Amino acid sequence: MTTDEQEAIESEIYAFVGQQVYPPTPAADDVNDAMIRQWAEIMGDTNPAYIDKDWAASSIRERTISPPAMMYVWGQEGFQVTKGRAPNAMSNLVSTFDRYGYTGVLGTNVKQEYFKEVSPGDNVTIEMIIDNISERKATGRGTGYFFETLSTFTDQHGEKIGTQRFKVLKFIPQEQPAAAATEDKLDVPTRIASPRGHDNKWWWEACDDGKVLIQRCKSCGALRHPPRPMCGECNSMEWDSIESTLDGEVLSHTEIHHPKIPGYQYPLVCAVIKLAEGTNLVANIVGCSPSEVQIGMKVKGVLEQIDEKTMLPQFYPAQSGLNP
Amino acid sequence: MIANVKNKAVIVGIGNTTFSKDSGVSELSLAVQAVKAAIDDAGLKPSDIDGMATFTMDTNDEIEVARALGVGELTFYGRSHYGGGAATSCLHQATMAIATGMAETVVVYRALNGRSGHRFSGGVAGDITTADAIHWGWYMPYGLLTPASWVAMFTQRWMHNTGVTKDALFEVAHSTRVYGANNPAAFFHGRHFDRAEYDAARMIADPLQLFDCCQESDGGSAVIVTTPERARDLKQPGVSVLGVAQCAADNQEQMTSFYREEFAGIPEMETAARNVYAMSGLCVDDIDAAVIYDAFSPIVLWQLEAWGFCGYGESGDFVTDGALRTNGRLPTNTHGGQLSEAYIHGVNGIVEATRLVRGTSANQPTKAVNHALVTSGVGIPTGGAILGKMN
Repeated sequence: MTTDEQEAIESEIYAFVGQQVYPPTPAADDVNDAMIRQWAEIMGDTNPAYIDKDWAASSIRERTISPPAMMYVWGQEGFQVTKGRAPNAMSNLVSTFDRYGYTGVLGTNVKQEYFKEVSPGDNVTIEMIIDNISERKATGRGTGYFFETLSTFTDQHGEKIGTQRFKVLKFIPQEQPAAAATEDKLDVPTRIASPRGHDNKWWWEACDDGKVLIQRCKSCGALRHPPRPMCGECNSMEWDSIESTLDGEVLSHTEIHHPKIPGYQYPLVCAVIKLAEGTNLVANIVGCSPSEVQIGMKVKGVLEQIDEKTMLPQFYPAQSGLNP
Repeated sequence: MIANVKNKAVIVGIGNTTFSKDSGVSELSLAVQAVKAAIDDAGLKPSDIDGMATFTMDTNDEIEVARALGVGELTFYGRSHYGGGAATSCLHQATMAIATGMAETVVVYRALNGRSGHRFSGGVAGDITTADAIHWGWYMPYGLLTPASWVAMFTQRWMHNTGVTKDALFEVAHSTRVYGANNPAAFFHGRHFDRAEYDAARMIADPLQLFDCCQESDGGSAVIVTTPERARDLKQPGVSVLGVAQCAADNQEQMTSFYREEFAGIPEMETAARNVYAMSGLCVDDIDAAVIYDAFSPIVLWQLEAWGFCGYGESGDFVTDGALRTNGRLPTNTHGGQLSEAYIHGVNGIVEATRLVRGTSANQPTKAVNHALVTSGVGIPTGGAILGKMN
C-alpha cells in the first residue's frame, strides 16, 4: 500500500469516529421472564436471582433481575433483518473498508460494564456510536484497522445500566495456510507444554502422575533444579530424585497482563518459589487475589489438572483453607 | 590475565536503516542497507570487508549479505548467542579477529523485522530451537513466556530488596524519551511524554507498564571495525575499542536465572565491567556518557550499579538526581534508546556510542565525551565495551 492510498482510506474512515450507528432506541419488548428463563437455560446459568421468583422475593432485591450480560439482548432486531437493514454509519464504514480491499472481518473482543440492574417490566434503550478507530496495524491476519463501537444502555428513567465496547478488526486478508478442513472437532487451546527430551522427560512424566520431583546427585547428595545430566558440585552423572512436599515461600512474582495467550486463564500470577527442600521452582500462585501475593509469603503446592492435556503444580497461600 | 585488545580495533563506519513498524522488505534487504550505509560512512568499498559478525538470532547469512553487496571473500565470520546479549559480543568478535589478524575490516550487523515479522513480545512458544525449548519448557506451561514477564520477575524482587520505586523506572523511561523526541530517526521524534501518560498506560507484567518496554521495530544497524593503521586513512575520525568483554556467570540461564542464592542482580555484567575497566586501564570516573541496553527501563538501573556508577540499590537516587540527562553525570541513551529510538538489539546503541565519541549525536552533551560506555542486554550472558577517540 502506498502512502497515498493510506492517506486516502484514513481520511475516509477516521471521519466516522463519533458517528451514531443507532440513535437511542427503546427495546420492542420490556425485560421479561420468558426471555430471561430461555437465556439462562441456554447459558446453563442457574442463579436463582434470575429465574426463581420465590427465592428472589426473599432476597435483598425482593424480585428477580435480568442477567447483566443480557443487556445487549433486549435491543436485538427481529426476523426482519434477514431482509436487510437500512444503511447506517457502521455499515457505511464497513463498505468503505471493503472498497479499499480490507475485506477481512474479525470480531476481536467485547467488553461490558454494568452500573445498574434491571428487572422484568423495565425497558432498555440502546444507543450505539463508532467510538474509535486505531492506526494502521500489522496483525497476524493481515494489515488492518481495529474499530470499536460503544453501546450505552439506559432504563426507562434514563439511568445508565451499562455499556458495551465491541472491537472489530478489518483487514486485508493474507493467504492462509491450507485450512485444516479435515479436523472435525473443535480445537480448544491448552497451555503450551514443555518439549520432553532425555534430561527432562522423567520430571514431566512424574508431574503427569501428580508429583513434583527434585533431582538428587547419588554421589554427593546435592539437589538440583532444573534437571541436568551432570552434578555441578562433583561431576557425577548418577542421580535419583526426591519428592517435594511443595511447602514453599515466594521469592518473587509477577502478574501477567499482556499479551494474553490462548489456553491460559487470567488473572495469571507466576512466581519463583523456594521449596522447603532448598531448590527453586517457577509455578503459578492461585487461590488468592493477585494483589495479595507478596515476597516472603508461605505457599503450599498441589498438582492440578489445568486442562485436557496439562498437569502442573499450583501453589495456594499456606493455611488459606482453599487448597484442596 | 588481562586481554590485550586496547586500541587494536577501531570503529570507522556506522549505518542505520530507517526504523519502522512495517518495513515491507526482507530482513536481508535491511541488513544490506545498513551495512552499505556503514561502508559509505567509512568511505570504503564492499570489497574492503573481509569479516562479519552478527547474532545467532539474525536470519541473514553472512554469505548472503556478502553476495548481495559484492563483498567477495570473507576470512572471518563469527556469531554471538543469547539475544540482545550479543550486541557488544559482536564487537568483541570483530575486535578479536582484527587484533589477531584473522581479518582486517569486519562489519558488525543486525537486521530484523521485529514488529511486522517475528515479535519477541509474542513469547517463546513459536519458532525456537530445540535446545532452547527444553529450557523455556520450565516456564511456558505457567504462562511466563515473554521477555517482559521474565524481566518483571527480577524487577519485583530487586525493588523489594532495594526499596527503589517506579519513580526511578519513570526517570529512565522519561529521560530516554526526551532524547528520542529530539532525534529525527526515533519513533518518539517530536512526541510529548509525561508521567501522567506513563502511569495511565496498560500493565504488561506487573510492575512493568507499556512505557517501561522498548519499541518493537523493523530495521537494521551496522558498524565497520578495522585496524588503527587502516583507520587513519579513512574519512571519519576513528573511534577505538578500548576494552570489550563478554561474560556468562555462574548458574546462568537465558532470562530466567532464578536459581541463584540471590537472583535480583546481574553478576555477569559485574564481571564484564571489571574486565573492560582492566583492559582499558580506565575506571568509572573516566566514563563521560553511555548507551546502556534498555529493552526495559529497570535493566538500565541494574547496569548502572554493575558498572560502578553507584552501589547496589542506589541507582534509583542516582537517576532521579538527573544523572542520565544531558547535563548530568552520565548522559545516557542520547539517541532515545531502544525505549524510544528503535529496538535493533543494541547494535543501534553501538552506532550511537560511536556518534557520542565523534561528537555527532542528535543530543550531544556539551561536555567532552572522551570515553563512552556501550552495553549488551542483561538477564542473559552479556557484556560491554568502552569506546574512545583514536590516538
